[in-house]
Amino acid sequence: MTIDGIEMTQKPARRHGADTEVHRRQRGKNLATLAALLGFVVLVYFVAMIRMSGGSFP
Amino acid sequence: MTDGVIDNEALEGPALAGGSVRDYVALLKPRVMSLVVFSGFAGMVVAPGHLHPLLALVAVLCIAIASGAAGAINMWYDRDIDALMDRTAGRPIPQGRVPAAEALAFGIVLTIASVALMGLALNWVAAGLLALASAFYIFIYTMWLKRRTPQNIVIGGAAGAFPPMIGWAAATGEVSIASIVLFALIFFWTPPHFWALAIFRRLDYQHAGVPMLPVVAGEAETKRQMLIYTLILLPLATAPYFLGIGGLAYLAGSLVLGGLFVACAIATLRSQDHKPAKRMFAFSILYLFLLFALLIGDHLAT
Repeated sequence: MTIDGIEMTQKPARRHGADTEVHRRQRGKNLATLAALLGFVVLVYFVAMIRMSGGSFP
Repeated sequence: MTDGVIDNEALEGPALAGGSVRDYVALLKPRVMSLVVFSGFAGMVVAPGHLHPLLALVAVLCIAIASGAAGAINMWYDRDIDALMDRTAGRPIPQGRVPAAEALAFGIVLTIASVALMGLALNWVAAGLLALASAFYIFIYTMWLKRRTPQNIVIGGAAGAFPPMIGWAAATGEVSIASIVLFALIFFWTPPHFWALAIFRRLDYQHAGVPMLPVVAGEAETKRQMLIYTLILLPLATAPYFLGIGGLAYLAGSLVLGGLFVACAIATLRSQDHKPAKRMFAFSILYLFLLFALLIGDHLAT
């Protein structure tokens, strides 16, 4: 297969490898961001409970 | 032609993905963060009053994240000179693993989040000091002093001296003489610590055009000033004992450690090679760690 005279036969397979790497890194960052946001929410919840109980929580 | 296209994709792939989680952790300068966290924790432990354990954990977390975020913004600003120095060339931005703008955004978001959380969870005095320390490191040290004067780390070192004062403020809601003394300990410790590094990395700094003291004034003058700072630090480190936040074990320990630090400075001054400077750099880290460990130990024992 050629496009504008350029040989393209090997390109899709190699691009797939690069895309997999991009997606793997992106997924890792997404999961880390999710964990950080969940941790932040849990932390704010417990801080609010402690502040509202005047330091006697739990 | 086809190979050229594939090579470009291979290079651009990781950059398009914006680096891995590990690269973003590296932006936070985790090794620097450990000493910052420890000194902040020490300030919180020796301060009078009681803090809920979870709130203490939040305070330490905020100090750690704000410190790391300031490090990320520092890496964003210094990306041009980082690429020129052996010590920093492997960092995520000069390596092209993290886009510079993402590093800046990462640093700004974490700074705002950590200061806000400190204010809401602990108090606004601690949050204000945390914001001041970050602003001092980014604007005064990184952007203003670092490339302009050999006194860069003397004045800029104040940024790294804030953590015990922040820890103290987190526990008490105020700034006191004792917390200012803890600040002063790190302030006077910073020049000999960084100049020891700058002596054996002089060519690196020279190549990048950073006017560290060994580059501008020479090694002999730098070593002389390092000795002066260690001599100031020796009596200053005993002050926590006289202010009642350290016991006899701390007093004895601070004198021994201070004496060893002075001995390191004398050995560095007398030597023509860089081995004593490397030893002094390593010992300076141990010195500060043990000094604050003694403060914590003394406080917990009484």
